[in-house]
Amino acid sequence: MQLARVMGTVVATTHYQGLDGVKFLIVQPLSKNRQTKGKPVVAADATAQAGPGELVFIVGSREAAQAMPIPFVPVDHAIVGIVDDVET
Amino acid sequence: MYFGRVSGTVVATIKHEAFHGQKLLLVDQLDLAGEPTGHYDICVDVVQAGVGDQVLVIDEGNGARQILKREIAPVRAVIVGIVDDIDLST
Repeated sequence: MQLARVMGTVVATTHYQGLDGVKFLIVQPLSKNRQTKGKPVVAADATAQAGPGELVFIVGSREAAQAMPIPFVPVDHAIVGIVDDVET
Repeated sequence: MYFGRVSGTVVATIKHEAFHGQKLLLVDQLDLAGEPTGHYDICVDVVQAGVGDQVLVIDEGNGARQILKREIAPVRAVIVGIVDDIDLST
């Protein structure tokens, strides 16, 4: 699980049937010092409450789909929390 | 599993319910010489680790779900041990 910053939203009217109602956001993965790390990815928002500019944490690979209401869907990154604070 | 060093804590009020009641720690991955590799994970802590501790991290979903006793959970990285000593014989 990594830190990421929400950069924007994605609208895809035509999508796989299991993805109805799932909100997709573009997120930029970050280092622990909140510097850009790697390329932006599209992540499903399992909190349903994240928005552009927010610091979030994401989970990748198969576990991402398990954050969704229907756990067997084609999702490879999911936002699983909105970060209030990181103390280092 | 990999060795890591706990470098901080993460506070998140709004989160997936699988994380409710779980402590989240920031862990830097270490190589065998104890140097940071540059990789890090936000980990669920089930062994009461603290900042500065050298820990053992599992970064795999099936193991994580087994630890959390859940059939479905969007969790991968879990701190499963606090390392006392590593003895490298070669």
